[in-house]
Parts: sequence; C-alpha cells; structure tokens
Amino acid sequence: MAVAYIILIVVLGVLAIAAGTFFLLFQRPRRGRTLAPPGQPQAPPAASPPGGGEAETATAAGAPAAVIGVERPPPSAGRMVRLRARLARSQTAVGSALLSLLSRDRLDDETWDEIEEVLITADVGVVPARQMADDLRTKVKVLGVRDTAGVRGLLRSELLAQLGEDTDRSLHVAPHGGTPAVVLIVGVNGTGKTTTAGKLARALIGDEHSVLLGAADTWRAAAADQLQTWGDRVGAETVRASRENADPASVAFDAVSEGIERGVDTVLIDTAGRLHTKVGLMDELGKVKRVVERKAPVDEVLLVLDATTGQNGLRQARVFAEVVNVTGIVLTKLDGTAKGGIVIAVQRELGVPVKLVGLGEGPDDLAPFDPGTFVDAILG
Amino acid sequence: MFETLSDRLTQVFSALRGRGRLSAADIDATMREIRIALLEADVALPVVRQFIARVKERASGEEVSAALNPAQQVIKIVNEELIGILGGETRRLRYAKVPPTVIMLAGLQGSGKTTIAAKLALWLREQGNTPMLVAADLQRPNAVQQLEILGERAGVPVFAPSPGNGVGDPVAAARDSVEEARRRQHNMVIIDTAGRLGVDEEMMAQARAIRDATQPDEILFVVDAMIGQDAVTTAQAFLDGVGYDGVVLTKLDGDARGGAALSIVQLTGQPIMFASSGEKLEDFDLFHPDRMASRILDLGDMLTLIEQAEKAFDAEQTATLAGRLVSGEGFTLEDFVEQLAMVRKLGPIGNLLGMLPGAAKNRELLSQVSDRDLDRAEAIVRSMTPEERRNPKIINGSRRARIARGSGVSVGEVSQLVTNFFEGQKQMKALFGGGGIPGMPMVPGMGGGARRVAKSARKKTKKKAPRSGDPRRAADLAREAKGGASAQDRLRAMGGMSALGGGLGGGGLGGDGGLPGLGGADGLPENLADALPGLAFPPSGQGGNVPAAFRGNPKRRKKK
Repeated sequence: MAVAYIILIVVLGVLAIAAGTFFLLFQRPRRGRTLAPPGQPQAPPAASPPGGGEAETATAAGAPAAVIGVERPPPSAGRMVRLRARLARSQTAVGSALLSLLSRDRLDDETWDEIEEVLITADVGVVPARQMADDLRTKVKVLGVRDTAGVRGLLRSELLAQLGEDTDRSLHVAPHGGTPAVVLIVGVNGTGKTTTAGKLARALIGDEHSVLLGAADTWRAAAADQLQTWGDRVGAETVRASRENADPASVAFDAVSEGIERGVDTVLIDTAGRLHTKVGLMDELGKVKRVVERKAPVDEVLLVLDATTGQNGLRQARVFAEVVNVTGIVLTKLDGTAKGGIVIAVQRELGVPVKLVGLGEGPDDLAPFDPGTFVDAILG
Repeated sequence: MFETLSDRLTQVFSALRGRGRLSAADIDATMREIRIALLEADVALPVVRQFIARVKERASGEEVSAALNPAQQVIKIVNEELIGILGGETRRLRYAKVPPTVIMLAGLQGSGKTTIAAKLALWLREQGNTPMLVAADLQRPNAVQQLEILGERAGVPVFAPSPGNGVGDPVAAARDSVEEARRRQHNMVIIDTAGRLGVDEEMMAQARAIRDATQPDEILFVVDAMIGQDAVTTAQAFLDGVGYDGVVLTKLDGDARGGAALSIVQLTGQPIMFASSGEKLEDFDLFHPDRMASRILDLGDMLTLIEQAEKAFDAEQTATLAGRLVSGEGFTLEDFVEQLAMVRKLGPIGNLLGMLPGAAKNRELLSQVSDRDLDRAEAIVRSMTPEERRNPKIINGSRRARIARGSGVSVGEVSQLVTNFFEGQKQMKALFGGGGIPGMPMVPGMGGGARRVAKSARKKTKKKAPRSGDPRRAADLAREAKGGASAQDRLRAMGGMSALGGGLGGGGLGGDGGLPGLGGADGLPENLADALPGLAFPPSGQGGNVPAAFRGNPKRRKKK
C-alpha cells in the first residue's frame, strides 16, 4: 500500500513538474474556460497549408460519367413524409405512449412522472424532460383540455416549441460572389458522415446543383474510396489525397480551389470521424476550417449525430460548436427504434437546428428536416 | 455540467450530519439522485428501476445508517451492485473443438464492427492464434477495402471473395471462408458483417443465414458506448434476431459514461467480453467490470492507474526515494528524470491523466498536456550538468541560456521548469516530511490486505514487462501480472488510499481517516490539489496560464 501511495504521489509530482499545468484543472474547473485559449496563440499551423498542398492531392480519375451510367437522383423536396412509414416499423412510438398517458381520467403525480419517463426513454435528457412535463402540466391545468384531440394538439405544440418551429433550417448551398458554397461535414466516429456527404451530394444534384466532393477523411482506411463511390454514382467528382496520411486541411483546400476553378455550386467536404475528447484532432478540424476559409467562406458546418446517441450527444455538439461553429445538425439512422431526443437538448442549449435527417439506407433517404412532419410522425 | 453522483450524495447526506438514523425520506432522496445519475449516464429506464429497487433494499438496512459516512457507504453499495451486474458472468472466448473457431460480429451501422474485427484479429494473433478476417459486409461502399487495409496493418490475412459495394452474397462469402480457413490452416475466423438495424427484418434474416451457414462458436454484438436509451431495444432486437454470446463495447475513449453496458448486461444476461478504447489497433482489451462501474459513476479509474504504476515502477528504487524524502532530503532533478522515465512507461500521459477521478469533466484540458511536454522536460534536465541537477539553485542566467541552447527550448521554458521544480520539491517535502507517511499505519482497514498488495507489487516489478521484443511474451507477462492481487485487495487498498487523500486534504492524517470502501477515491483529486497547492503552479507571466512549452500540440495520429 505504502508503495502504491508513494508511487502515486511521485507520479503526480513528476507530472506536475513536467507538465506544470494539469493541476490547474482540478482547482479551476472548466467553467468559463473554452477549449481555444491555450492552443490558439501557437498560430500558424505547422504543416504545410495551401502552397505546397497542391502536390498532395489529385482530382480523382476524371469523367466517371463516361465510365458508369450516372444516375439522375430525384429532388429532395417532400422526402420527409417517408419518415412516417419508417417510424411505423418501430413499435415503440413515444407519441402514442404520451397520448394515452395524457388522455387518462386522472392526471396525478404518478402519471406526470410516467410522462417524464417516456420522454427520458426518447433520450431527451433528465432536465429537459422534466421541464417539458412541467410545461405540459401547466398548460393542461390552465386550459383544462381533456379530450383526445385537445391533448394531442397540446402535445404537438409543445413538441414543436421544443424543436423550434420557426427556426431557419435552409441549407446554404448556393454559390455566391463567384465562389461555391462550402459545406463541411463533421462528427464523431461512426455516425455516418461519409454516407451523409454522399447522400447530400445526390440530393443536391437532384436539386440541380453542381457538386464537388472533398475527401478530407485521410485517416480511416478506404474512406475516400467510399466517398468516391458515392460521387461516381451521381457524377460528382471527388478531390482526394494522392497519398496516405495527407493533411486533411490541404485536401479540403484543394477541393475548394478546384471547386472555384470549375465554377461548381457547392463543395462538400467530408472529414474524418473524431471523438470530441481528442483535443489534437479537434485542433486539426479547426485548422481544416481555417485553411478553407482562406479560399472561400464556409457556409455550412453540419454536425452528424447518430439518432441512437444518448446524453453524450450534447457534449459532442458543444465541443464541435466551440471548435468549428456548427450551423446545422444532421440526425442519421432515424429509421431504427431510436428517437433522437437528444436533438431537443442540443437545440435548447446551443440553438443549432436540425437541418437534415437520415431516414434509411436507401441512397435517397436523406431529407430536409421539417418539424411539423416530424412531430406528426412521432405522434402517429 | 453534471455533478458526480458522489458530490450529489454528499450533498444529500450533509443535511443528516449528526443524526443517528436515516429516515425513509432520506433514503428516497438518495435514490432519486442515484436514479438521475444513472439516467444521465444513459442507463435504460427499466434497468434503472430494477437497479434502484435493489440498492434501496440494501441501503435501507443497517449497513448504511450504522456507517460513519452514509454517502460513501451508499456509493459503495451502488458500486458493488454495478460490479456485480457487469461482471456477473465474465468468461473467455470459446474455442471450437475442431478448428477453425468461428467468430461472427454483428451490430448497428457505425458501431465499429470493421475496426473491431481487425483489433480482435490482432489481439488473437498476439496470443499465438492464426486468425483470418472475412469481409462479409458487402453493403457499405468500400467496407471490403477498409477491412483489407486494416487486415494488412494487423498482419492478418483477409478473405474477400466478393468485391462489395452491393455486389456479392455475404452468406456465400462467410460459408466459403470456413472452408478456406481449414484449407489454409487458420485456427480462427472472424466474420465482419454489414451494419444493420434491429427492425430491419430482411437484414436480420441475412444475419441469421450467415449464422446458420457458418455455425459460429461466438457471436459478438458490437455496440457503441455512446448509445442512449435505445440500447435495450437494439440489444433485444439483435438477441431475438441473430442471438449473441457476448458484447463488445467500443469508443470508450470518448467521454460517454457508457450506461448502455449496464442496460445490456442486465436485460440480456450476456456478458461484455471486450472493450475498445482508441483508434489504434492495439487499443483493445478484455472488459473490466470494476472500471466500467467507476466510469458509469464517474469515479475515475484509479485502480488501473495503480495497477499500471505498480507494474512499471521499480519498487526498490521508489522505496529508496521515499526513504530519502521522508528523512528530509530533497527530491532532486536526477530523481525527477528517473521517475519521469517510469511515468513514461505507464503509457501516453493523456491516458494517464484521464484515469484520475473527475477527469471526465476536464478531459479537454487534460488532453492538452501531451507527451511532447514530457520530452521537453526531460531534454531540459538532460542538458544540465550533474552539479546543476543536484543543486538547481546554482542555475543562473548564463547557465539557463546554455541549457536552453542544449535542449532546443527557450530560456523561459528552462526557468519555468526550474520554478516548477522548486515548487514541487517543496510540496513533496511537506507531504513526506510533514508526517504524511508515518501516519500511514494508523489508517484503519488497510492492515494485511494492503501489505499483501505492496508485496505482490514488489514481486511483480521484478519481472518487468520488456519494453520491446516479442509481443506475445509481453502479453503473457501482462496477464500474469494482472492475476496478482485480487480486485478485492485493491479495492481495500483504495479505501485506505482515499482516506489518505481525504486526510491530507484536511491538513493532516487525523481527518476522516477511516472512510469505508472505495467511495472516498472520488475525493482524491480535489483533496490532493488542495493539499498540494504548490503543484498548481502559478502562471509564470509568459503567455497566459499555460507556459508555451507545455501547450498541447495538435498531434497527428500515426498509423501503425
């Protein structure tokens, strides 16, 4: 025991001397401190940005159009209605559970607890769930609504209020002032960033945009191939690194330069999945954005969140928002049994709206988010 | 944002100080806090209910009201129950009587199946098996290529008869693979399947077909530690759809608390067998229920830290050092480099700091401290003359300039290190000399068990794991070492340890010396930080709080 204790003291001491900083953490918890300050003054990123970057990348074998038959994807409008069919597959409808609870004869404390619990099982989170339940309770009391239709309307408006009905959810994908719109796709590992990039490219082409893809995921094996496969199907070209382990910022930069040169409407940049806890990787992401901005402003930063994500989703969103200023959320895999309630917490706390939802594995299963349809689908 | 369960419970119980018994209302308040803590850790609601019922029963008993510190006692109960459930049925991989042993992976999209396949293959290979990877994910574009690349990195052959991207029959590929493995004399086959949703009947049928065609000895369900309340539905859907014999938990290197682990084990009764915690192929290991329990409760992972420290540290050297410190002699820069080398053996400093309780909250800051900082510190000390190391007081301006030139850092960084060192030295002296250690034996509850741990630690360090060389042997050694002291011993040791932390915080060992159980571990960091104020070095006036030398550098991930 004594040995373990000594070791611990020594470890802590040695680390403190060497690193100097880390004990600060325990004394001054993070409130008010953001990720950026210590890292930032270190200004110009070490690796070669723009200039030398050109050599690192190469536009992927041109004109795939000639090789494979290019599909003409359908436009993206009206896709959201499919959600109802998809959600119908999962029997655990939050909406119907809530409705039946609210339609009970007596609404006692226990019932309100149950309502709160139903919301919690949708990953809404403990605090927002409690607040929603309280809101509903007040409204029911004040309005004295008891019939099914009335309760349904109440629930609908509450859910809509939580989702922010009037939020601007349009995607900024139109070119402006001679430069294409730049969309950066970010998120933790395995949420479906590459798939989202591919599907979004399809949807944009379906909406008569011209699209260039940038495969800035230089880390995961075969990620660039995966993106290119998506691109080739709809005739969007992919700018990718010509060697393994290239600097993602330089790939992104090249993609945007290429996009400007060709005069495309939108450049979609797929980035590598990174856990928000890895500061080095988050810095790398910040750099990708900074470097791209030397060429053209980044119009959209889409955070891809998996609908199955629990309370950790909020932390992810918070960190990503700090680093790259997320402008919208893509909620993927909504066709499973997951309800994606975490987006309510995210929207409440960060004010970042859900802009797109992934409804399934089909290539056209990415839809612009419409809160009205979503709530209707939930309420069944 | 979230307080730890321990903080909350302490708050609940602080109102009870001085009262002899816990009332039913107190217990209820406690249970409410535990419930919220578990829900925030993403434990599924039905599981939370069952769990609370069990804990409540135990907490209502004498056990708690008789305890000196009810908050710690409740946490101890919660922790024990968690470990009980999580580790209820640990077991090893089942091997087929006639090779090849077939392992099939299944899970949702993006849970990490392909990566796990490669990690598992590497892990098995290091244990002397000859695994073969099978690409049966023909759905996702270029999943086959990904597996091929990963297989190459792991040094494991990949069987990929179909090109993928929607072309080919995964069932046939899986079936052929078993035959192929037999022919090529591989004793293990790992089948990577496509990601699928629990509600997707068609894909589930395909998974069943693969299962029936290959008769796997193990089906592993791969699940992301970040998953929320949906974990139970998904786990149940897969259990009904294909069935599985074990669970692999991935992405544990994030800050998700991983309550899903508890939900799945409790609801399906299938054990969690492996855990994956990093992007490198080596970041894969057997699942440790006790660590997961602390994680769900956000208690930190001190056990791992101590276990690793015991392995890496040369006990005799440490004892000599401690002796010197106790006798009032100083901690010199020579000791510092020596100990630094041992600290380095514990692995990347980021991981190390992450194991301290409360780390989850400070993770982003912690990870700014990188191994490069340690490199620099070492370089600085190594650029000093022996005389300077023994007696850093003589380091004046011109010596600093020389040292800075020698180690390739700025003069400011050298003075920073020296200042830090003096502060640290003072603190260590205060800790050891000021009656910290002599007080040790008085801590109750750490008699025989503790000594045993110490002894086995000494034994273990004798056969230190080789730094390089045959990885298989290294793995064997590591296993042997792990088998040493039982978890129980360690927990007990932790009890004493945390008591010490608390005691130090209170300015002496008198404090609340005999905190029972493990709960007190949570108090350690703060208390230590209080006790070692000097270690929280004041900013040195050059560039904000963080001296330039110690800023984290954005590290590029290196491929293996």
